[in-house]
Amino acid sequence: MKLGLAIEELHRSENHLARVLLAVSDRHKADHEVFYVARDIAGWSQRHVAELARIGADFGVDLDAEPEGEPGILEKLQQATSDLLGRRPEPGLLLLADLRHVHREAAGVSLDWELLAQAAQGARKRELLGLAERCHPDTLRQMRWANAKLKESATQALVS
Amino acid sequence: MGRIDRIAEPWGTRTPYGPGETWPTRVDSYLADGLTEDDVDRWVQTASILHSNGDAYDMAVKDGQIVGVRGRAVDRVNHGRLGPKDLYGWQANNSPDRLTRPLIRRDGELVETDWDTAMDAVAGRVKELLDERGPSSIAFYTTGQLFLEEYYTLGLIAHGGIGTNHVDGNTRLCTATAAAALKETFASDGQPGSYTDVDHADVIVLYGHNMAETQTVLWSRVLDRLAGPNPPQVICVDPRETPVARAATVHLAPRPGTNVMLMNALLHEIIGNGWVDRGYVDAHTVGFDELAKRVQDYPPEVAAEVCDVPVEQIREAARIIGQAQRLLSTVLQGFYQSHQATAAAVQVNNINVVRGMLGKPGCGILQMNGQPTAQNTREAGADGDLPAFRNWSNDSHIQDLARVWNVDPMDIPHYSPPTHIMQQLRYIEEGSIRFFYVTATNPAVSLPELTRIRSLLSQERLFLVVQDLFLTETAQLADVVLPAATWGEKTGTFTNVDRTVHLSEKAVDPPGEARPDLDILIDFAHRLDLRDKDGAPLVKWSDPEGAFEGWKECSKGRPCDYSGLSYDKLRGGSGIQWPVTDEHPDGTEHIYVDGQFWAQPDYCESYGRDLVTGAPLDETEYRALNPTGRAVLKAAEYLPPHELIGVDFPFQLITGRTLYHFHTRTKTARAPQLQAAAPEVWVEMSASDAADRGWSEGDLLAVTTPRGRVEAKLRISGIRPGVLFLPFHYGYWDEPAGHEPDGHGRAANELTLTDWDPCSKQPIFKTAAANATRLAPGDGPAAAPTTTGSRPVAGDVPPTRGGAAAEAVEELATGGAR
Repeated sequence: MKLGLAIEELHRSENHLARVLLAVSDRHKADHEVFYVARDIAGWSQRHVAELARIGADFGVDLDAEPEGEPGILEKLQQATSDLLGRRPEPGLLLLADLRHVHREAAGVSLDWELLAQAAQGARKRELLGLAERCHPDTLRQMRWANAKLKESATQALVS
Repeated sequence: MGRIDRIAEPWGTRTPYGPGETWPTRVDSYLADGLTEDDVDRWVQTASILHSNGDAYDMAVKDGQIVGVRGRAVDRVNHGRLGPKDLYGWQANNSPDRLTRPLIRRDGELVETDWDTAMDAVAGRVKELLDERGPSSIAFYTTGQLFLEEYYTLGLIAHGGIGTNHVDGNTRLCTATAAAALKETFASDGQPGSYTDVDHADVIVLYGHNMAETQTVLWSRVLDRLAGPNPPQVICVDPRETPVARAATVHLAPRPGTNVMLMNALLHEIIGNGWVDRGYVDAHTVGFDELAKRVQDYPPEVAAEVCDVPVEQIREAARIIGQAQRLLSTVLQGFYQSHQATAAAVQVNNINVVRGMLGKPGCGILQMNGQPTAQNTREAGADGDLPAFRNWSNDSHIQDLARVWNVDPMDIPHYSPPTHIMQQLRYIEEGSIRFFYVTATNPAVSLPELTRIRSLLSQERLFLVVQDLFLTETAQLADVVLPAATWGEKTGTFTNVDRTVHLSEKAVDPPGEARPDLDILIDFAHRLDLRDKDGAPLVKWSDPEGAFEGWKECSKGRPCDYSGLSYDKLRGGSGIQWPVTDEHPDGTEHIYVDGQFWAQPDYCESYGRDLVTGAPLDETEYRALNPTGRAVLKAAEYLPPHELIGVDFPFQLITGRTLYHFHTRTKTARAPQLQAAAPEVWVEMSASDAADRGWSEGDLLAVTTPRGRVEAKLRISGIRPGVLFLPFHYGYWDEPAGHEPDGHGRAANELTLTDWDPCSKQPIFKTAAANATRLAPGDGPAAAPTTTGSRPVAGDVPPTRGGAAAEAVEELATGGAR
């Protein structure tokens, strides 16, 4: 069985999504809602990372329960820069690109959860299926957030 | 008839009554010095404009001036009573520093000009921008203090004429979460409660709602129940020891920013103990299983830890709520302006819904409003929503509105949710909004992080128009200032939180060249030459009654149906609760009777949002969730506040109101009795925090956050340890620098952070980390009221008194003189 592989891949992709969300947050400190919500929902991916590491042990994979990418000096610098650039129009377009990126990454993670859930069902791994059922809705909400924020921001960024 | 100092006794004399009885009448009045009712030329009907309760009263007019007020005994809201701001606030109308001529900026200075010059400058700049940059460069920011007719006209001009999506009101700061929470649970705005529920309730729960100070007359009603036979039990959730807390059976004082944790724990107990009306839940709701699952993770022990509230208190509160027979829940800024605002307010709805306590006497929810006409800002579309609770993401609603307005549906922006004020500011910051029209509000004092706000509003590239009564802090930054008439000088209607519509008639002429807001807006529309699709003028009315008739047509068939109302019907008697239709000509006391909601997918105002991310649900998702239009039970996980305390900033800072002032004091500071009762800013701290530092009542403190600094005298009050409170009313218009600090900040919003609830977009004023240091020992107590939430618990503080100048008259229905 390759369940361990699937868990490992999801652990990687959730870690990556958390980092992407935190990076988007840092880049858009002057867009306060993006700054805060991206951080709040990065927390979901970080929680998934910890849970995947825990369950990974049952399937013979040794994964780090600590999520990667706590903000360091570079990220703080990024926040300060984004504040300083707040008076310029370009961040609006950058935000659209970043939200598109979040949506794509979250969509990938969503598919990974689908794969894991299918496998868990096939292998009759109840606990693993329960984990997927618990976590996957968070991923869908992350996607919907990126989609909605993109829709909301597009007109002003492109028309004005 | 008795005389009473209503500064010293804000709630007046008790008139006790029992459950199910009619609240006794007590007629309050106040006339200017030396005058009696015999001196009054005429009485003119109106309602409260300096708070949100909707008290009905008459203005006394003598020699063309307002000289006093008298409560209307016939009215369902107040049964004759008035609050201190009603009794004394009208004097601001007669203030000598009213704006009487338009002002325009010339060579950096505001100078007087004529209306034509001012309005041509305003309309001219809009036309230029429409040509150069399109409608998305134009934004409107209004208030909760104009009249329905003015909001409806403003919404028509902005949405139907100019075609901008950037429309909001300062109701975003006070009542946005009320609307959002109702939209989440019932898929539509509209209050499922009535003030008469106070007469019947056996349990009244006030969530972050200091009713004693924000709606004094409604609190008198509660006090009269408490003084009568079989009184209700009262539960108070508030980190301060307010008058409500002092009257409560249980007072929960959670850490600021933890409301969702507390509410999830209450629901955990209520559901866990089976205090649920299963029949009601099965017949009239969706989402119960998800709710039950969500709150499973929040046992009272966890909440006790996070909220720092004794676990027995949480259990006791849950038991009282869970066993209530007639449950009235009310909510205000302690929830709306705090972290996870909508998620917390929605849990209040959930409690009443799972208990089946809706749509019958004593069973209701009042998601309160903070301002007198906030309900109309929301109904008429001046908060950016479409008028009459139409759904911006439902194409058939847009087509219907386009029919009413006779415009092309494409001309009404509906591609995304309306742009709330905090996002408007972001667009002003990045330079895509270039024209900002502010009516009757003062963002340079009332919005968070004032250094940022001042710098945004002062930008050269922004054309700022301010329409107001006085030269406010914001007006001082404007390019054009338009002098407006106010309450008493113009006619219109407005609606309070229990859906009672009142007519307010013109009593006197406005000063100088000041004009009613409606006239100014219509003039603006004409100068822009806004037209409907047949080439006729877009705005088809020229007076308030015409606008009201237009609104009746627009609201017909919608939840807030005014079609059965008219000015004539509102004259002479009591206010009337909407919906008012042919079938219900005398109005509707309770909506949502027998679990019938306005939540059907084709009819509802909103499909709801994600409570954490704020992402709107689309039509397909909503249809799948709630095909038959039931109440929606949903809940969110608790998230820690975004700004946490630490070594440098060890306190949590909350801001709020005091009974004697309104908003940024533009009117109340000009009423001598009110100003004297609360003349200067103060900061509250608990006795234990003060003792730890060796500080005393009246010491001068500096309160700081990463964003600014405020100096204020210390009031040692019953606030919970670890928390500081600052009233937000105090700006700079009556200080030397005029619109900004002169080295010594005193506006609470110098300190607040820029963050808002993703769902309601309401800014968060009650979750910042702050520090306090002592600058100097005190030379006397802080000038904070002793009658209210700022009541001192230490030191020798003289009680707040109004003296002879504040003596008002009370007439009890029984004829009993006080």
